[in-house]
Amino acid sequence: MATYSTNEFRSGLKILLDGDPCVVLENEFVKPGKGQAFNRVRIRNLKTGRVNEKTFKSGESVDAADVVETDMQYLYYDGEFWHFMVPDTYEQYAADANVVADAKDWLKEQDLSQVTLWNGQPLLVSPPNFVELKIVETDPGVRGDTATGGQKPAKLETGAIVRVPLFIEEGEVIRVDTRTGAYVSRVK
Amino acid sequence: MPTSPASSDTPGWRPAASLKTLRLRARLLAETRGFFAARGLLEVETPQLSAAAATDLHLESLAARSPGGELSGWLHTSPEFPMKRLLAAGSGDIWQLARVFRGAERGRRHNPEFSLLEWYRVGWNAATLMDEVESLLRVLAEGRVELAAAQRLSYREAFARHAGLDPFEAGAAELAGALTARGVALPPGLEDDLPACLDLALAVLVEPALDPSTPVFVYDFPVSHAALARIRPGEPPVAERFELFLGGMELANGFHELGDPAEQQARFEAELALRRTRGLVAPPMDRRMLAGLAAGLPDCAGVALGFDRLVMILAGASHIDEVLAFPWGDA
Repeated sequence: MATYSTNEFRSGLKILLDGDPCVVLENEFVKPGKGQAFNRVRIRNLKTGRVNEKTFKSGESVDAADVVETDMQYLYYDGEFWHFMVPDTYEQYAADANVVADAKDWLKEQDLSQVTLWNGQPLLVSPPNFVELKIVETDPGVRGDTATGGQKPAKLETGAIVRVPLFIEEGEVIRVDTRTGAYVSRVK
Repeated sequence: MPTSPASSDTPGWRPAASLKTLRLRARLLAETRGFFAARGLLEVETPQLSAAAATDLHLESLAARSPGGELSGWLHTSPEFPMKRLLAAGSGDIWQLARVFRGAERGRRHNPEFSLLEWYRVGWNAATLMDEVESLLRVLAEGRVELAAAQRLSYREAFARHAGLDPFEAGAAELAGALTARGVALPPGLEDDLPACLDLALAVLVEPALDPSTPVFVYDFPVSHAALARIRPGEPPVAERFELFLGGMELANGFHELGDPAEQQARFEAELALRRTRGLVAPPMDRRMLAGLAAGLPDCAGVALGFDRLVMILAGASHIDEVLAFPWGDA
């Protein structure tokens, strides 16, 4: 198995810690004068999403995690698994609710999402930062009201509920920031 | 008409530091030179390339070798050994700004090649030298950065205050407990390395707790951290060593210099033995420096100050690259 020395740690590196795949966020080298050198590393556990700080003796090695990120097309949901496909190879992967998590609100058939594979199995699904989705249910629009800043809930085709301006109508397509769940604009 | 379109594989060539910072650096250097000239210290230059090297467990000397192998030596990690030979030869007070090299040290406050301002005062001790370090800081900070009055804190007080333990009494388990209580798990392999546990506690518990705008001198280190300092007998015995912290960084390290050649050689040998035990390179100890001590090193105190870090503080920089024209990776 490949290993990395703490000297090679940089943001984005995938390593295995206590059996879990993790990504390095920040790596700070600390060395008191003539003393032992350490690396204080901020790490996100890719399974739990939790961010931790861990201290290593400088020069120590840790195992690399076999983690790859691949763009995949979302195919369908079968009631238990969400199915994805690599467009070039037609390879298919099934992800369960733990893996898909909150991304399920933004998955539209045919759209590309980034699927992170760990040892060949889906580990997490990251939707694109922006998605365009159709409104399937909302209160009737208030014409001309583009200035008051009032908002109302709207249900999207994926089932997600977002807050939209009052003038938006049922059947319209809107652009949403998936990182915040916020309405961005109307799509003509 | 010149036709040399920049291609995408043209390496970056521009300096990392701004020209404004480089001008500040040049002025600080001139003022430093003025400071020592006015006080009558002799400016000296000693070799960067030497047949011997530091034996410190945690200093990595870079080996230098000509392609055919006719010349093989080490780049110095500090100019301490040849400066002590000058002192033994009767040079009197001396100073220099040396470019030094330490392998595997790279980060926000580290570049493997850096500038060390090192000086020695004959007949002085740690306390008087701390006064002079503070004077230099005041001269250079004048009109640039507001500095609070310097504090002096023994190593023991610093740990009592900021780590809640006695560094002369605590074992690795107690240190591990104090670190864990602050969310720092002890890295593997440290359980039976008490000096390294103290280093970690100093770096993550004590140093961040010190006010960044106050120069803080920490003095009287445990004998495990004596390095090249004299040991003052007592209960417990302490190493007459000090470190200066400012701007959240360690800025200087000073000693009341060990002059006893037998003890110095014993320390070199102990460090080399530990290096071999740990599978580290064991470079040759500096026997010429030992010969100088045997001939007689005058009673003296010496200090090494990280000049790049001082420029960082006075330039308001948060990364060492901001004060270096071409840091490693760009050099």
